Amino acid sequence: MSQVNDDLNEKALLKALLDGELPDAAGRFGPFGGQYVPETLMPAIERLTEGVYSLLPADNFKKKFTAQLKDWVGRPTALTHAPRLSEAWGADVWFKREDLAHTGAHKINNAIGQALLAQELGATRIVAETGAGQHGVASAAACARVGLPCVVYMGELDIQRQAPNVDRMNRLGANVVSVTSGDRTLRAAIDEAIRDWVSDPENTYYLLGSAVGPHPYPFLVRELQSVIGREAKKQLEAYSGLPDAVFACVGGGSNAIGLFHAFLAEDNVELIGVEAGGRSKKLGDHSATLNSGRPGVLHGAHSLLLYDDDGQIQETHSVSAGLDYPGVGPEHALLKLVKRVSYVTANDSEALDALGQCCALEGILPALETAHAIAGARRWASKNKSSRILIGLSGRGDKDMPILSQYPIGTQGSKEKTNATA
Amino acid sequence: MQPREHLANAIYKAEGSALVAFLTAGYPEPKNFLNILNEISCEADAVEIGVPFSDPMADGVTIQRSSQSAIEQGVSLKWILEQLAERDTQKNTPLILMSYLNPLIAFGFDKLASKAMEVGISGFIVPDLPYEESKPFKQSLNKVGIALIQLVTPATPTTRLREVCAASEGFVYAVTRTGITGRTTQFPEDIANYLALVTNTSTVPVCAGFGVRERKQVKLISEHADGVIVGSALVEALERGENPTTFLKGLRL
Repeated sequence: MSQVNDDLNEKALLKALLDGELPDAAGRFGPFGGQYVPETLMPAIERLTEGVYSLLPADNFKKKFTAQLKDWVGRPTALTHAPRLSEAWGADVWFKREDLAHTGAHKINNAIGQALLAQELGATRIVAETGAGQHGVASAAACARVGLPCVVYMGELDIQRQAPNVDRMNRLGANVVSVTSGDRTLRAAIDEAIRDWVSDPENTYYLLGSAVGPHPYPFLVRELQSVIGREAKKQLEAYSGLPDAVFACVGGGSNAIGLFHAFLAEDNVELIGVEAGGRSKKLGDHSATLNSGRPGVLHGAHSLLLYDDDGQIQETHSVSAGLDYPGVGPEHALLKLVKRVSYVTANDSEALDALGQCCALEGILPALETAHAIAGARRWASKNKSSRILIGLSGRGDKDMPILSQYPIGTQGSKEKTNATA
Repeated sequence: MQPREHLANAIYKAEGSALVAFLTAGYPEPKNFLNILNEISCEADAVEIGVPFSDPMADGVTIQRSSQSAIEQGVSLKWILEQLAERDTQKNTPLILMSYLNPLIAFGFDKLASKAMEVGISGFIVPDLPYEESKPFKQSLNKVGIALIQLVTPATPTTRLREVCAASEGFVYAVTRTGITGRTTQFPEDIANYLALVTNTSTVPVCAGFGVRERKQVKLISEHADGVIVGSALVEALERGENPTTFLKGLRL
């Protein structure tokens, strides 16, 4: 009986999502989302929510945002057919090329959108967090573009493993602050960015980089990123119709939500998010929140999380700094609950291998984050021959050179790896 | 008497203005937790026991440091409740648990409420649980009469202030400035007006704190609120190995 009720409830939630009713007035995606922030931030969050709902649909804002996307970001980004990879996998593989967007990843769509919003809302300074450095670089560039000072919080460990991006941020005029507390990665950087925001909520705008955090951020980031899926769908339809499956990597989940959103209502399109399986399935060795997390509250939202029996948030691991996060956006938690998106994992070595194959066969060096999506797609292709696959190529891999240089050049090519964890 | 009334009464009945003292549970040494707690509860009118959390986003460096150290030494909500169950004291000073939400979720709200009642907790402060989101936890606490203490800040608009004060039990926690705990000790210039507004709005006592370090600050707040909350400064005194009683006496008028 309760199974029947659950199924009905799931159907109703999916319908509400497809009808554009989520997040609801309380900022919830079904049981997930909400605004779990210190009282000091509540007035600022309320102002932001009002601003988001009044500005995003306004013609003037849309015009400004679209112009920046076209003339400065370089949209629409290309849809690239991958013939040699298609041959190797026995599938028809397409890439949505966010790596070709200005600053080299999808992060810029959100960063310039929020920087414009901050300007409209009268903010005098911007703070941002960054993991891999891609959102930090995008924020630094967007702030320079609109003329606002920018402070980027970045974990000490990430600063070490993403050195080229630190230099880029500095040159783009941002002040990069090394975070030495907590786990010294993305999670601690968000903690510190929130502390900064709490200290001056009147004048500071927090430019959050993923579809996580308190409402309205998951909504705002989705709206700004959904241009990815809208473009991809239109571009692919111009060739020969909808794909059988769409793949995106999921850390916080901004590129995935941006790519998936336009396909949610297409029942025949399978949507698959790929999380970082890290080095093992043990808690602490991966960042596979949707696969092994529990409901909890971190960074302002109720979502799935990796924590221990005492409620302490767990340290995570992934070869890619951008996926190395113990939480995930609340909308993904809902999409898992209503079974509209399936979430699988790819581990460090599968991702590295897929990256090598993409370099060798298509002449594209993807980001390590993106490599997880490619690895997940490759595994799926081996079981679904001759299918049409769209992969969100969320970012370029140049920033990963310090890590990649620790591994030998090359790939096991099309040889299927058997250490799959899906 | 319900635990929440016990708490409110203790604040009202304190000589002069009440002193609410904060410590991170099990810091600096877990083995000294009950001794330190007992010493503090002899001097303070209510004690806030901090449950350490991995991501204390409303806290400054002192409480980040003490929380991380306590976690590394095995302190958890479960451990704290076990310790409190062992506590042997004549003193009936109200105890408050200060915790971020996730450890409470992991423990389970209903189970936590009854366990907290058993070990003599009077109230909870949850810094990442604004009153809009507080209904499920509050329902659990209501069953046993434990207070859910709400926070207000100088940035809280008047209408919201009324709603939050009406929802607060035990006392209202008036944050004396925006920002995180511990940092700058400068209060806003209009602090007197702000505290007067909160006191006039609230039907429960008002305790104020955030960045209270010196006797003159205690004196200033005492003139406008029912109680003063001292957190990071006491944690730092404990780190330096100072006697907490002496430190708290030094803050008294």
